[in-house]
Amino acid sequence: MEEILKVNNLSKRFDDIVVLDNLSLTVKKGEVVVIVGPSGCGKSTFLRCLNGLEDIEEGEVLLGDEKVNPNKKNLSKTREKIGMVFQSYDLFPHKTILQNITLAPIKVKKRNKAEVTEEALKLLDRVGLLSKKDNYPRQLSGGQKQRVAIVRALIMHPEVLLLDEITAALDPEMVREVLDVVLALAKEGRTMLIVTHEMAFAKAVADRVIFLENGKIVEEGSPAEFFDKPKTDRLKRFLETFSYEK
Amino acid sequence: MDFNVIKDYLPLYIKAFMLTIKIGWIGIALSLGIGVISAFILHFKIPFFSAVVKVYVELFRNTPLLVQLFFVYFGLPKLGISISAEACGAIGLGLLGGSYMAESFRSGLGAVKLSQTESALALGMKKRQLFTSVILPQAITLSVPAVVANLIFLLKETSVFSAISLMDLMFTAKDLIGLYYNTTECLFMLVIFYVIMLLPVSVLGSIVEKKARFKMFGD
Repeated sequence: MEEILKVNNLSKRFDDIVVLDNLSLTVKKGEVVVIVGPSGCGKSTFLRCLNGLEDIEEGEVLLGDEKVNPNKKNLSKTREKIGMVFQSYDLFPHKTILQNITLAPIKVKKRNKAEVTEEALKLLDRVGLLSKKDNYPRQLSGGQKQRVAIVRALIMHPEVLLLDEITAALDPEMVREVLDVVLALAKEGRTMLIVTHEMAFAKAVADRVIFLENGKIVEEGSPAEFFDKPKTDRLKRFLETFSYEK
Repeated sequence: MDFNVIKDYLPLYIKAFMLTIKIGWIGIALSLGIGVISAFILHFKIPFFSAVVKVYVELFRNTPLLVQLFFVYFGLPKLGISISAEACGAIGLGLLGGSYMAESFRSGLGAVKLSQTESALALGMKKRQLFTSVILPQAITLSVPAVVANLIFLLKETSVFSAISLMDLMFTAKDLIGLYYNTTECLFMLVIFYVIMLLPVSVLGSIVEKKARFKMFGD
């Protein structure tokens, strides 16, 4: 299958701390890659590098044959093709749900308003939030906000979707409604890179799971190998923290 | 209290009231303009102009309006520029207010969360698009309380206009007291007129404040 995202020897430092250490990764079209690892291992920084929200010090990130470069003039053009959803939703508080979704396609892609609105309503209906279209973000629950944030990213028709701990700020009950949306996207064949702490979800959604620690890939494999037959001791210990025995 | 005295003085007070309002609001309009431009310069860290604005803000925030007015009113003619007392009052108030407004708008711009910028960037927005459609509307809402406080403060500051012989409320009251010694009536009227001038601003201001807050935070 066609390679869509390629990371070559990516390194990043915050002062003296090495956050990403010579990371390389290739993602194929339609592949779902889940990244897990302890807090502060560089998962989020890695995703942020992929759409130029962080400076890249060494190495390169390629989307197709376009280089993602924070200092490049047309970075915004590249970003249109990379959707990102954040932990804290970050909807625009002064705009209605519908406006939140249609703002970028109208302003950035200069698409026709009626057409964008129609698509937005269809997508909202798909995530079960059509009735909220004229509400403001403050009137929605966390789970609802996060579903809107996913729709807001989808309407830009991204080639890759980056999901950065999108359920970390949610109540357990709401986690499900958001993850169901992501599972449906995976079934559609969307290319996604997902950072999460939900191991059961990772197992269900991933084509490939990566364990990141100290900015390095410690282990990677299919969900079956990764969760059931971890090769490294470090991963074994990490996975044990998620299971409880009496 | 002699109500006949009050009736006699009323036309003089009304005239002074109109003048105070006129110069007050021209000054405030000036201060809003100066404040917005200064805040943009500070927010975008425009080289050189940023430094100029910083010096301006510190200079005007840390000197009394009275001193600033003297400077403009008595100082400028020495340089061959003579302006009317009214213009001088408006300019003085505008410069003082501009320094306060600049800080209020700047803090509004700074209070918009960085994650808002990042999520807009992630959607492919260019800097200008994200500023006009994401940052600015939120910044304006966030600076409303500070701007309303400034408006009230500036309108009260008009009371020093009397020092440059502008026939405002304060001047009129002091003048009448000096001439006829009806101190009680004159001061009573002075208080009432200031309240009439300021109460609508503060009531309207808190309504706008509540509305802005509700739109953004819902409480």
